[in-house]
Amino acid sequence: MNKVILTAGAAVIALAWGFSAQAADAPKLNDAQIAHIAYTAGVIDLKNAELAEKKTKNADVKAFAEDMEKDHKAVNEKALALCKKLGVTPEDNDTSKSLVKGQDEARAKLEKLDGAAFDKAYADNEVAYHDAVNTALEKTLIPNTSNKELKDLLETGLKIFQGHEEHAKTLDAKLK
Amino acid sequence: MLRPARYALAATAGLALILAAAAPTAAAGKLQVKIDNLVFAPAKLTAHVGDTVEWTNADFVAHTATAKDGSFDVALPAGKTGSTVLKKAGHFDYYCKFHPNMKAEIDVVAK
Repeated sequence: MNKVILTAGAAVIALAWGFSAQAADAPKLNDAQIAHIAYTAGVIDLKNAELAEKKTKNADVKAFAEDMEKDHKAVNEKALALCKKLGVTPEDNDTSKSLVKGQDEARAKLEKLDGAAFDKAYADNEVAYHDAVNTALEKTLIPNTSNKELKDLLETGLKIFQGHEEHAKTLDAKLK
Repeated sequence: MLRPARYALAATAGLALILAAAAPTAAAGKLQVKIDNLVFAPAKLTAHVGDTVEWTNADFVAHTATAKDGSFDVALPAGKTGSTVLKKAGHFDYYCKFHPNMKAEIDVVAK
């Protein structure tokens, strides 16, 4: 009886340990990887904006895409300059890769659409994409950033991108 | 007989013109709003009709100061200033067109 209880208890403990050990083993992102993720996220939205500028005939969508282009270029220039100053070489990683893959697929779908259907799908994707990146910045990337200057830039970036998300939602609501 | 009267009239008209021209400029103020890290500061401003509001954008991205009701729409490129003269009394909510999470307000009161 005692032995059974002990065994069961050990199993629970082992399970708990196994779980926490796994979490601890998950590689923590370093600043070089975080910088890469943030920069990549910007490059992706620049590509989305370029596609929209090429395809849309809607003045609001065009203006939004141009705003995205200007802001993400400005943020990425800052990020590159800061990395250079800090001697950080952005390092590719699984999060960057999955962001690229996901948005490459989204863009391939957008390529096939035209007119109002394109505009709506682009705006939808901008809302969802900014929401995902902002959540990652807020919950994972910023809390894990060690360097104060990089953290400050990411925090400013987050405010800019939260602005984009709100702007995208307003645009999206106007489109049928 | 006619001459002095004309002079008096001209003098009075001249004085009135000077007063009219001088009054608004003498009373009109210039109010400053700074934008730093996507925040308008101060976020609430009280001004008088005829005052000028000048925004200074200290950020590295462009902003705007856009009244919700369309009363003003000031472009504020990165690192630049922009201004508007407040022409009518009322409460004005304004925001940045590019980053609508940036919000502020001005109360404009009659002189």
